[in-house]
Amino acid sequence: MDPSAQMNLETLTNNVGEWLRGTGPESDIVMSSRVRLARNVAQYPFVSRASEQDRAEIEKFLRERIAMVPAGKELQYIDVGHLEEVDRQFLVERQLISRELADAQGARSVAIDGREQVSLMINEEDHLRIQCMHSGLDLKGVWDQIRLVDDQIERAVPYAFHPRWGYLTACPTNVGTGIRVSVMLHLPALVITRQIDKVFRSLHKISLAVRGLYGEGSQAMGDFYQISNQTTLGKTEEELLEQVGDVVPVLIDYERRAREFLVRETQQNVHDQVSRAYGILRTAQTITAEETMQLLSRVRMGVLLGLIGDVDISAINVLLVRTQPAHLQKLRGLELDTKDRNIERARYLRQHFEGNGPKAAAN
Amino acid sequence: MKCQQCDKPAVFHITELEAGEVRELHLCEDHARVYLNQSEAAGGSPEPKPKGGGLTAPLGVGQTADELAALDQKACDMCGITFFEFRNQGRLGCPHDYVHFEKELEPLIANIHGATQHTGRRPSRPAVTGEPLPEGTEPLTAVIGMRTGMKEAIECEDYERAKELRDRIRDTEQRWLDRPTE
Repeated sequence: MDPSAQMNLETLTNNVGEWLRGTGPESDIVMSSRVRLARNVAQYPFVSRASEQDRAEIEKFLRERIAMVPAGKELQYIDVGHLEEVDRQFLVERQLISRELADAQGARSVAIDGREQVSLMINEEDHLRIQCMHSGLDLKGVWDQIRLVDDQIERAVPYAFHPRWGYLTACPTNVGTGIRVSVMLHLPALVITRQIDKVFRSLHKISLAVRGLYGEGSQAMGDFYQISNQTTLGKTEEELLEQVGDVVPVLIDYERRAREFLVRETQQNVHDQVSRAYGILRTAQTITAEETMQLLSRVRMGVLLGLIGDVDISAINVLLVRTQPAHLQKLRGLELDTKDRNIERARYLRQHFEGNGPKAAAN
Repeated sequence: MKCQQCDKPAVFHITELEAGEVRELHLCEDHARVYLNQSEAAGGSPEPKPKGGGLTAPLGVGQTADELAALDQKACDMCGITFFEFRNQGRLGCPHDYVHFEKELEPLIANIHGATQHTGRRPSRPAVTGEPLPEGTEPLTAVIGMRTGMKEAIECEDYERAKELRDRIRDTEQRWLDRPTE
């Protein structure tokens, strides 16, 4: 790995990404708002049909052309093709690259801005995937930012476009606008009150997709869900943003009402669940990533319901990511197997909840 | 994809074997019920939905097995991907596929998105000097075919043809890329 990439990863390990800040509108329920655009360079085959040489040329072409525009000058590149597996996994956990880019072959990279709001993936399923992410519910802010980046890059890169089909993508499910608008929500009360399936069925009926925390195909962990649009053609970008944006306040309202119901009707039970979760996190000697996420989710809800007083929400958000396998290993500076990771995770949690206090995790 | 009998979306995809020939049927729930009742009354046993479904389902409406086989062999003249390969992988080979396989992709895209016309943002290509660039990038995507042609010409030691293609690639790329970026 080249030294600059190593430096970038070290900086990332010790920093806190934008979507973990726990700020922004409705951040008690909305973790983050994200928009991604799928784009391809007109004069090359799509990635799955591109030769090794083509992929290297595409990567070089995009890197050089993006460097010509103002937005591109603020980005740091990481050569994903030459990273160790643990570093690729680290970027996935951080939501800066997709699992698909981590597992792909050949020349591929990611460019990230200093605040971890913008990331450009090169040679994922499409030649270029532009992503922008903000903390809390801020789809308008995300859209304004990504539109600017996309406009600037389009001046330097001839995106494949067809007057009828719009922006051309490797998979016809993304053609047209190439936009995927997603909002990540924390919905523990809807899970506890068993209303979540009903909510998801209603979302499917209005062409919205629901996924777990780490995107396509993954199981929802710790009651974190991503809501996103399924169609990309025949509607404008603003209409698609509205399609997702309009449903979020409804979900927030359902979750708030479910939380109120829990406090009103089963306060002792909820308080007990939250306290037990907090107790385990503070005292466990070995703990899996899944259990940690589940317990942090309960504690997060407990803090927001006023049942736990001395914990900071952004610290919980940070712990959600820093207790993931690759983050733990990067923080410890060691490669650890599953058994040792579970011990290290418990140690890390104890240290933050007992030693320095949970707020230290955000520093 | 629309039902073959009305304007509702087709949700039942039926493959019938008749006198050794395959026949595809795409029907909405109501027409499928009518059709299946007729089949049962006539003693026929409807075949299950074709393998794959959704993105990879055969797209021909009422086509025979021979017609579907011919469609599967159809290859893009830029990147060389066949329709069969696309059906298997669910990924297209190059931007020109949307033109080359337009007829085949149209019902599939209508099925996925419920629309067949982009209404979102469009590229703005301000005229600099000379002829303005078109909105669509097909002329630039033609470079993919020119590169393949150039490689083939070199392999056949037809250096004149290779040089001609190299110049055409350079001219096309220059026309699209030499533009102000600030």
